Amino acid sequence: MYPAAFDYHRPGSVQEAISLLQENPEAKILAGGHSLLPAMKLRLAEPGAIVDLGSISDLKQLSLNGGATIGAMCTYDALLNSNELETMFPVLHEALAWVGDVQVRNLGTIGGSAAHADPAADIPAALVALEAEFVVVGPNGERTIPASEFFIDIFTTALEPEEVLTQIKLSAPDGNVVSAYEKFPHPASGYPVCGVAVVVTRDGSGNVSSARITATGSVYVVTRLTGAEDALTGTGGDASAVEAASERATEGVSEFAGDHYASSEYREHLTKVFVKRALNRALGN
Amino acid sequence: MNHSVSMTVNGSKRDGNVEPRTLLVHHIRENLGLTGTHVGCDTSQCGACTIMMNGKAVKSCTVLAVQAEGADIMTIEGLAKDGELHPIQEGFWEEHGLQCGFCTPGMILSSLDLLQRNPNPTEAEIRHGIEGNLCRCTGYQHIVKSIQYAANKMAGAAGDD
Repeated sequence: MYPAAFDYHRPGSVQEAISLLQENPEAKILAGGHSLLPAMKLRLAEPGAIVDLGSISDLKQLSLNGGATIGAMCTYDALLNSNELETMFPVLHEALAWVGDVQVRNLGTIGGSAAHADPAADIPAALVALEAEFVVVGPNGERTIPASEFFIDIFTTALEPEEVLTQIKLSAPDGNVVSAYEKFPHPASGYPVCGVAVVVTRDGSGNVSSARITATGSVYVVTRLTGAEDALTGTGGDASAVEAASERATEGVSEFAGDHYASSEYREHLTKVFVKRALNRALGN
Repeated sequence: MNHSVSMTVNGSKRDGNVEPRTLLVHHIRENLGLTGTHVGCDTSQCGACTIMMNGKAVKSCTVLAVQAEGADIMTIEGLAKDGELHPIQEGFWEEHGLQCGFCTPGMILSSLDLLQRNPNPTEAEIRHGIEGNLCRCTGYQHIVKSIQYAANKMAGAAGDD
């Protein structure tokens, strides 16, 4: 299968990439290519031009200084090889390890996953639970988008057409923070039928002072499960508190995804189950 | 508009001139004549097109040839050295790691990526390591044994140094 013909550009800098996007309104950005190229081969996407970020070495930098500043073109594999990132953000490491297979992880990028915003991607669940900040650069300069505003809908983010996602920033864990990602993979595709990321902070007496819980795959866009977050906060985080939180996991979620493989009712059920599993593992219950 | 591309393939510099939409697997097979790399599903599922790019296993049906500009590529044809099969190839021979052979080049190169990372993998780690490669003949059991054979042989060779 060949993609439809396109013009190919390989800028050496972010500024050059932005200029190319301005000159070619029909252009798409190519990161690792593991979502865009399959879509182009199936002719689901037929961009007239491709702007390949593969030569911009600045975008492949990972800097760990308390928190993490992750270049958008860091591959899953590069990030999985960082022990420091794993120690600081177990939920991100676990989500990264679940993506695709080794060949996909060798080329796919964290920025590509975020900007593509596939409703069944693993990475957005971890990034929203970690309250990541997305640094984007466009014709009018740089701006930072909080995770809560970045993912808008299926395949839709807050990125403007002429903007490039350059970095994803994560703040260092503040205090006693535990986290985990649990997933029910589709047996053929490996994508999450339901994925749940949890990041829980405990205070000095061991009580939960804050909880951020997200779902992916079971919903059309990564979603904070605020019912479960509220239910868990202030408790001791034991198994009964987790059980109670999981019961409230789907509270306020307007719609669950459904298809021929898994109905929306089933995905709603799975969301509760995986909230429980992720929390119990993270909290050591 | 065609683009010139230059990459190192199995140790030799190979230049080409391709349409941007040319997939790396087609460049390798049709322009460079290296047909050991197979096209299976063509949808980045099956792994038959797996090659090593800059030392890591990738699915060459999901890479544009122009993206491989300047890359160091190794295909299955580049694995044996001086007429001697690589231990992984020997393992697939000795342990009957193939029947029809269609998935074998990709399976071997994914195994190479695995053993580079983890020279002494458990059976579970082997099965996880080759999850990006599909085999419709063997039921995988003999493939796992082949990789175990290779890991043992490579460990022995390292011990001799």
